[in-house]
Amino acid sequence: MSVHDQKPALRLEGIVKTFPGVRALDGVSFSVLPGEVHALMGENGAGKSTLMKVLGGLHQPNEGKIFMGDEPVVMGSPMDAKAKGVVFIHQELSLAEELSVAENIYLGELPRKSFGRVDWDRLYADSGAILKRLNCGFGPRTLVGDLSIANMQMVEIARALTVDAKAVIFDEPTASLTDAEKVVLFEVIADLRAQGVGIIYISHRMEEIFRISDRITVLRDGAYRGTLNTAETDEDEVTRLMIGRSLDMSRNAEHVETGDVALEVRGLSCGKLFQDVSFEVREGEVVGFYGLVGAGRTEIAETLFGLRTPSAGKILLKGKEVSIHSPMDAIAHGISLVPEDRKTQGLVLGMNCRDNITLPQVGDLTAGPFVSDGAEIAIFDQYRDRLDIKTPNWRQQVGNLSGGNQQKIVIGKWLSMHPEVLIVDEPTRGIDIGSKSEIHNLIRELAKSGYAVIVISSEMPEVMRVSDRVIAMYNGKLMRSFTADEVTEDNLVQAISGLSENGKVA
Amino acid sequence: MADDRMKQVGAFLARQGILVAFLLFMIGFALANHRFIAIDNVLGVIRSSAILGVMALGVTFVVISGNLDLSVGSMMSFSTIVVLDLHDKLGPALAIPAMFAMTLALGALIGFLVGYLRLNSLIVTLGMLSAIHGLTLTYSGGKNMDIADKAGTWFGGIGRGSVLGIPGPILIFGLLALVLSVTLAKTPFGRKVYAVGGNGTAAIFSGIPRARVVFMTYIISSFCVATAGLLQASRSLGSQNTVGQGLELDVLAAVILGGASLLGGSGTVFKTVIGVLILGFIQNGLLLVGLEFYVQYVVTWVIIILAVWLDVAAKRGRILSPIA
Amino acid sequence: MQQETRKRMIKESAIWGFIVLELIFFSVAGHFLSLSENAFMDFENMLLLLKQSAPIGIIALGMTVVMINGNIDLSVGATFALAAVVMLDSMSWPIFAPLGDWVIPVSWALALLTGMVLGAINGFIVWKTGVDAFIVTLGSMLGFRGLVFMYNGEQPTFQLNWTMVDIAEARLFGLQTPTLVLIVCTVLVWLMLNKTIHGRNVYAVGDNREAAVNAGIRVGPHMMINFIIIGFLAALSSVVFYSASGSVNPNDGMLYELWVITAVVLGGTKLTGGKGSVIATFGGVIAIQLLRKGLGHIGADTAMVNLVIGSILIAVLYLDKQLNRKGDGDLKV
Repeated sequence: MSVHDQKPALRLEGIVKTFPGVRALDGVSFSVLPGEVHALMGENGAGKSTLMKVLGGLHQPNEGKIFMGDEPVVMGSPMDAKAKGVVFIHQELSLAEELSVAENIYLGELPRKSFGRVDWDRLYADSGAILKRLNCGFGPRTLVGDLSIANMQMVEIARALTVDAKAVIFDEPTASLTDAEKVVLFEVIADLRAQGVGIIYISHRMEEIFRISDRITVLRDGAYRGTLNTAETDEDEVTRLMIGRSLDMSRNAEHVETGDVALEVRGLSCGKLFQDVSFEVREGEVVGFYGLVGAGRTEIAETLFGLRTPSAGKILLKGKEVSIHSPMDAIAHGISLVPEDRKTQGLVLGMNCRDNITLPQVGDLTAGPFVSDGAEIAIFDQYRDRLDIKTPNWRQQVGNLSGGNQQKIVIGKWLSMHPEVLIVDEPTRGIDIGSKSEIHNLIRELAKSGYAVIVISSEMPEVMRVSDRVIAMYNGKLMRSFTADEVTEDNLVQAISGLSENGKVA
Repeated sequence: MADDRMKQVGAFLARQGILVAFLLFMIGFALANHRFIAIDNVLGVIRSSAILGVMALGVTFVVISGNLDLSVGSMMSFSTIVVLDLHDKLGPALAIPAMFAMTLALGALIGFLVGYLRLNSLIVTLGMLSAIHGLTLTYSGGKNMDIADKAGTWFGGIGRGSVLGIPGPILIFGLLALVLSVTLAKTPFGRKVYAVGGNGTAAIFSGIPRARVVFMTYIISSFCVATAGLLQASRSLGSQNTVGQGLELDVLAAVILGGASLLGGSGTVFKTVIGVLILGFIQNGLLLVGLEFYVQYVVTWVIIILAVWLDVAAKRGRILSPIA
Repeated sequence: MQQETRKRMIKESAIWGFIVLELIFFSVAGHFLSLSENAFMDFENMLLLLKQSAPIGIIALGMTVVMINGNIDLSVGATFALAAVVMLDSMSWPIFAPLGDWVIPVSWALALLTGMVLGAINGFIVWKTGVDAFIVTLGSMLGFRGLVFMYNGEQPTFQLNWTMVDIAEARLFGLQTPTLVLIVCTVLVWLMLNKTIHGRNVYAVGDNREAAVNAGIRVGPHMMINFIIIGFLAALSSVVFYSASGSVNPNDGMLYELWVITAVVLGGTKLTGGKGSVIATFGGVIAIQLLRKGLGHIGADTAMVNLVIGSILIAVLYLDKQLNRKGDGDLKV
């Protein structure tokens, strides 16, 4: 079947959307055919979300037209878009946890009886049928709050099936899914496309895109960069369209001289989160922790940083056992944590750059009883230059910086504490590709200058690129440790899926 | 370009809007009635605002750290009653520190509940409002409290006397405002208060002891309440059990008028002082032009809504809320 | 899952368990301490209790709706007073003179309309300005009170109409009018919250406002309707109360908002919205009234009542927190 002869289910033409001071979309055109999976790619800030919000009726375009079939349409509101058959499945779960699955599926359009009453029979029957179509293992009366994240995602998807959908937008749908759950999702997508629904699939994950999409459209800086047939292209070409150049994603080949053991963990456990974890990190070494979301990596970091109380085990720093009850203890012992979630854990977004960087040590930067302005600015200047942080001045609110620069502020904050052990959790999540490689280089440099570094990441290329050793985790347990030479994509995937080398579930 | 300039003007107005409004307001009333800006009138207004103002200073810390304190009114009644009672039993020199200790203990209890046990501050202080009122009634047996020998004590000098022509309450209010303003703006503790209110989780991830910081804000708040109680007692030398009733919301209104966000992380002591003065001068100005005292309620209503609206509108870059 | 369900059940029935405990305690303690000869669980006494619960209770129903919706309304006390002023004053308006006693329903309607208009003002401001409901209603608490004073200065407004008093004190199946109104309203609000689309949206909006917006619920007008509902109920509470008493002081209803919120929170409504039940709120109202009367019965004074209610509110919050703990190894934030 040649996709080019068909009439698009949905077509956007010359969409322009401006916000005060920004031209978020600059004449973008895009179309999706019935029964096609069309991937939309681009770095953060390239305009993908804005485009989809225009399509989903959340924004009105300043210029340009939307066509359904041959008809020009106006998406006045999300309801309007949905009624026309365009359904948006949000990246962040937008569910009401205290309501039932059925009520969530039909949120905003509960079936009505007289006097504005809810028609429960119809509601449960209809939503039950949809859940059945999706092979969900839960009923329509279940409270959403009792479901796992993956099942909540299924509820989101179920919403798409309440109308006669012409086009369904998936925005990073696999972000919080396990591999098994991804398979179910892809089946659902296959099912939808078999019914002639056009799928718009937004993701950063190349392997997914190449697995399920028919075409790929790339945006950069709010402008259309081109559309490729998936079968005729490769990752490198897509990357070049996205960032305008190729990307160095090789593995780490350096061999640094490692020093003494800086951190040693013996038999550390924390309830059901992780059990009997032992490893060591030497000075000058980067140890990567790889595993699925929920494997317990972040929880180990939080325990080392005094944010969780371990139920068993020992932590040794430079061979001496320490007890860490709070982040203050951890900091005093020379451990720093660049947390997973920059915006909620890493930064006070309403504070300026300088105050964020000096926050952990503000109590020590004093002249008499007062905070010493000079000492603070000196620290800020030092790390702005060293990390190449792009900000007009230190008074800038951190919330106004780009993701990459925000992350550098967090890293600068902890470097300025001169830690002996630096833990970096998902250092490049939500950061554009350009800043990504900068941060990777920085991590390598830090190790070279003698830091013991732990990098936690869900991105395999990242782990392989920065680590001297990779530790694979599955379900709260350490599965295996690889040196940089041993590690391959295959054995790493095996280890984190709970498969031992002969393919059996460990 | 014009867009940018508009934005800058908007941002400036949002930041300093309350000050601008205050000046316009003063000019307006001064034109309407010359007595309004006469020095004795101005001093009179500040003096009568001092008690509310002192309490608002402490609540500013609590609000910036992201919490609320609805118990200050009933706590102030408690302080007033206690110090009046102890005045006759222990003498003023001992009564004052004893009252401060008791009030601070209440503050410490709230600080413990909100800071260390992490209970919702609205409900905790709502409960304490009721509980402290009960405590006051138990203490006084429900009777009004009066100092027996009103002429023979130096106690009244605090609230009624003056130094170099400046009334005592203004002096205390000013001094406390200065000290707390510097504490909030210039010390590591002040920075931590902003951090805890701006993003409590990030503060903990930065090694800031959030519980201790929150605890301290309630200690500061109760210290201010005790000071307010002292001023009240010394000014009146006798009091009802309900002298502070309802003040918690007036105090909160002043703090919000000063631009502190209820979400925490923003506000300054100086702006709170402006908020307090605005409330005081509105009342005074309306009285001077011959309106009843209760007209100020309506005017305050309008001003609070406008002030906060201006603030959120500037932050989101549009006047009306985007919700449909 | 099993454990979750059990926890949920414990929490949902907690308020009734608490009421039973109160009844037992006051009956037993009353036996030894009471000054009066009457038993605490006397039928007439319980009827009186229900009647006395009505003014706070009716408003608390509305507060439950608004709080589930993720908002709060601090202006209910002032609305309560203003509705009373309008009701009592309008009865003597010359224009209504020809109506005779038929002025009563007209005045009631005017009072209810006043409440709805005040609620609509709050709701409209919340909707259009995007300012937090706490601040908006904190402002209007002052503003509405100002209107009360502007209406009649510092004088009380009074109007004694015996027909009206008779209606207000009438009994049906042994229950007084206020009790009946409270019960009927509880049922109606329960039906609204659980059976109607608007009611389910109250939960949806309170639980996840953004999701509701994305699902096409018009959140602004939706919230405004809820403010109108609470305004109506505050006015209804006022109608019920002042039809009997016939006189309102400009300071009446002060601190009602605090009592109402206390009752709602005792009933387990989540402060951040999305969760709550009017039945439990009804329980909360009864629990507070029981506590007041019970403590009175065993000879404690107002002071003790205040102390106990405040402490219980905090204790409930603490217990709720403990029940919600997921176990050891929690993140310490």
